[in-house]
Amino acid sequence: MKLDINGSVREVDAPPEMPLLWVIRDLLGFTGTKFGCGMAQCGACTVHLDGQPVRACVTPVSTVGTRKVRTIEGLSTDGSHPVQRAWAEADVVQCGYCQSGQIMTTVALLEQKPDPSDSDIDAALSGNICRCGTYVRIREAVHLAARLSRGGAK
Amino acid sequence: MTLNRRELLRNTVASAAGLVVAFHVPRIARAAGPPAPAIPPLPPANAFLRIGADDSVTVLLAHSEMGQGSWTGLAMMVAEELDCDWSKVRSEHAPAAPVYAHPIFGVQMTGGSSATWSEFDRYRQVGATARDMLVRAAAARWKTSPAGLKVANGVISHGKDQLSFGALAAAAMALTPPKTVKLKDPKEWKLIGTPVRRLDSPVKITGKAQFGIDVQFPGLRTAVVARPPAFGAKLAKFDASAALKVPGVEQVVPTANGVAVVAQHFWAAKLGRAALHVEWTPPEGGGVDTAKQMAEFHDKARTPGTIVVEKGKVEPGLAAAKTKLVSEYEFPYLAHAAMEPLNCAVKIDGDHCEIWTGTQFQGVDQMVAAKILGIAPDKVTIHTMFLGGGFGRRANPTSDFVAEAVIVAKAAGVPVKVVWTREDDMHGGYYRPAYVHRIQAGLDDKGRPVAWDHVVIGQSIVAGTPFEGMMIKHGIDPTSVEGLADSPYLESTGAVRVSLHSPRTAIPVLWWRSVGNTHTSFAMESMIDEAAHAAGQDPLAYRLGLLKEKPRHAAALNLAAEKAGWSTPPAAGRARGLAVHESFGSIVAHCAEVSVDQGRIRVHAVTSAVDCGLAVNPLSVEAQVQGSIAYGLSAALYGKLTLVGGAVQESNFHDYPVVRMFDMPKVSVHLIPSKAKMGGIGEPATAPIAPAVANAVFALTKQRLRTLPLKLA
Repeated sequence: MKLDINGSVREVDAPPEMPLLWVIRDLLGFTGTKFGCGMAQCGACTVHLDGQPVRACVTPVSTVGTRKVRTIEGLSTDGSHPVQRAWAEADVVQCGYCQSGQIMTTVALLEQKPDPSDSDIDAALSGNICRCGTYVRIREAVHLAARLSRGGAK
Repeated sequence: MTLNRRELLRNTVASAAGLVVAFHVPRIARAAGPPAPAIPPLPPANAFLRIGADDSVTVLLAHSEMGQGSWTGLAMMVAEELDCDWSKVRSEHAPAAPVYAHPIFGVQMTGGSSATWSEFDRYRQVGATARDMLVRAAAARWKTSPAGLKVANGVISHGKDQLSFGALAAAAMALTPPKTVKLKDPKEWKLIGTPVRRLDSPVKITGKAQFGIDVQFPGLRTAVVARPPAFGAKLAKFDASAALKVPGVEQVVPTANGVAVVAQHFWAAKLGRAALHVEWTPPEGGGVDTAKQMAEFHDKARTPGTIVVEKGKVEPGLAAAKTKLVSEYEFPYLAHAAMEPLNCAVKIDGDHCEIWTGTQFQGVDQMVAAKILGIAPDKVTIHTMFLGGGFGRRANPTSDFVAEAVIVAKAAGVPVKVVWTREDDMHGGYYRPAYVHRIQAGLDDKGRPVAWDHVVIGQSIVAGTPFEGMMIKHGIDPTSVEGLADSPYLESTGAVRVSLHSPRTAIPVLWWRSVGNTHTSFAMESMIDEAAHAAGQDPLAYRLGLLKEKPRHAAALNLAAEKAGWSTPPAAGRARGLAVHESFGSIVAHCAEVSVDQGRIRVHAVTSAVDCGLAVNPLSVEAQVQGSIAYGLSAALYGKLTLVGGAVQESNFHDYPVVRMFDMPKVSVHLIPSKAKMGGIGEPATAPIAPAVANAVFALTKQRLRTLPLKLA
C-alpha cells in the first residue's frame, strides 16, 4: 500500500491491521515517533493525519488511506518550527522520550486554538504522559509557542 | 585530541574485576569522603575530551543522560576550565571502560544523585589539563612562554596573533600532560553557577535523539519475550508451531525462564508471542498476595526487628510520656514506569559482543554479558543510548534486561533487539518494595518527642545481589532506613529505638527514585505533623523548635513557608502542608497547597526551598525539582501495584495512573545560596512531596492519611 508521509509517498508492505506506529518506525525508519503504551494511554506515538493528532499505536495502517501523515521529522529537521523553538527556549526536555508526542499534540492544539488558555492546555495535553515531569515547562512553552506562531515577540 | 580506544585501554589499569564497591554511600561516610591519595593523579584528558580541527569540543560522559541533565552539566565543568566557545561544545556517552568508573563508587554507573558532585573535580581537571596543553602548544608555535598567552572562547592570543583550539589540537595532543593543574577560583567562573540551556534539546525536539529502542541496522531482528505470569512461576513447556506461522516470525528460542519470539519487526514478534502456547508451573506456596502480605507486615511490626538505632530506654520513656501516639504507615510496591519500555539490542560476533541500550549500569552490564558469553569484559562493547527515563530501573545488579537480550541473541545466532511492551515492563519486577512503618511516639508536657519506638518492615533491595556483602552491615540494609536512622528529629529525642525486619519474598525489588527515603520521609514527616497537632502547635513552629541544631533544615523550611505565604491563610477550601527531608546530601522543603474536589485531592501549588550546596546549573536544578515533584506526586496520588498469587494485577497507564498535565501543580523553586558540600539533585525533591500533601490534606479535612497512595475516606 502507499503512505503519504512527511511530504513524500512511500510504498509499504504491511499487514492491514499493523499499527501505523510500527509501520512508521520499523518499516519506514522514522524513529522520532515513540512507543510508550500500545493502547492510546500515553501519547508518545502522536502523529498527525491531515493535521489531526492521532495515536499511531492504535491506528491500523489500513485506515490511513490517502490522508497525509506528519511525524516529528516532518515539522522541521533543524528545530525551526515555532513549537520546537519554544521548547528549546523554555528548556523543556529531560529524557526527551515523550517530547515528540507532546510537540505534535501542541502543534495541533495551536492550529485549533492559536491562543490557548491553561484549561485548553490541560484538555489538549493531558493525554500525553511525561514521567520526567516536564509539565510546568511544557505549559510555559505552549504559551510561548503561541506567541511565536502569531509572530509576536516573546 | 582524539580518543584512541587502544591507547585508552592501555593507559588505564585493567581494574574491571573487583571494581564493585558499595555505591550507596551512607550519609556519614559521604560526609567524610573517600580517602584521598597523597597526590591524586589527573584524569587522562584524552579519554574525556576531543577537540576537532573544526574547533568542536566533544566531552565524553562517564554518566548516562536519562533526563537529569548530565549531558550539559558535565560539559559545563570541562568548558569552564578549558575556556572554549560554549557554542562548539557537544557531549556523547563514553564507551564502557575502566577509565570511566564512577570516582566514588568504582564502577561505571549513573545513580545516587551523584553525577555532578562526584565528577566536579575530574571534569574540571580534564578541562584544565587540555587548556594547559593547548597553551603550551601555542607557546611552542610562537616560540614564547606560555605565561604571557591569553585564552578566551576557544582562541589563544599572543599580542595580535591568534590561534584557535582546533588549529592547535594535534600539536597539543603530542605533548606530555601536566602533573598538576590549578583550577579556577570560583570568582572566575563564567559558566558554572549560571543557568545554561540543555545541549540535548536540539536532537530531542526534532526526533533525532537515538534511544535504545530506536536502534536499527541491517540484519537486526526484534524479539518479544514471554516471561512468567507470576513471580516464582517457572517455564514448564512451550509449543512454537502457531507462533512460527505468523508472517515475519523467524525463530522461537527459550530464555533462562521464558520464550523469545524473534521476528523481522516488533509487530510480528508481538503477534507471534500471542500465538505461542506456553505452560508455566505456578509459584511454590501460591505466590505473594498483597492483602495477606500487608496483614503480615502490620502484625510483624508489633515486635522489634534488628536494631538499627538504640539510645536510652524506649519502653520506660513511652510509659512516662504525657502523650503517646501510635501510627502505622503503609507503602505499596511501585513500578518505575519510565516512558521508554525496557529494551536492549545485542550483536555477537565470534568472541566479541556489541550492546546498544539505555543503561545506568555499564560496568555491571559488561561483566554480566561477558560471563554469559564466556568472554573477557573488554570484549563487550556497550553503546549507551539516550535513556527514556531511568529512575533506578536501568541500574540493576542482575542486569536483567541486558542479560536476557544476550541470551536471546546467542540462542538465535543473529543480532536481536529485545523490546518489552508496557505490560512486560510493568510486570517485569524490580519494584520499590512494599513497606510498613509502626511508630510509637511519647511526647512530654510541651509536646516534644521524648521517646520514639520505630519498627520498619520491608524487603531489602541489596539482599541477594553482589552488593549484599559490602552494603549490609549487622543485618541492616542501609537503603531500608536511610532518612530515618539519621533523622534530625530524633537527635534530641532521649529514648529512641529504630529496628528493621527484612523479609525475603519472590518479588524482585530495586532502587526507585530516592530509594528508602520514599517511605522514611513520609513516615517521619507525617508523624512529626501528628505530634505538632497533638501538641496544639503550628506545624512550622513545631518543626523549627525541634530543628534548632539543624540550621540548613530550618532555613529550607522557613524559606518554603515564607514564599508560600504560610503566615497568611490560603483561599477558602484550601490548606497547606509542610515537609522537609535531607537525602543524597541535599535538603529540600516543600509547602503543598491542596483542596478536595468531589473526594479527589487536588494539589494546586508546591513551593520548594532547596539547599544542594553549589548549583552548577540552576536551570537544571529547577527542572529536577519540578520533575521530582511530579514523580513523587504520582506515587502520592496513584501509585500502587497489587499482587494476587504472585502476579501483578496492574498492566498499563489505565490502571497504573501517573500524574498528567491536569494534575500538575504550579511549582516555584527557591535555591538557597549555600557553602555546604555539594549534594545531589536528581532525587532529593521526590520524597518530601507525599508527606507535604498528606499534611495539607489533614489541615483541610482532619483526616490523617497513613497509606499511600493517599485516599480520602
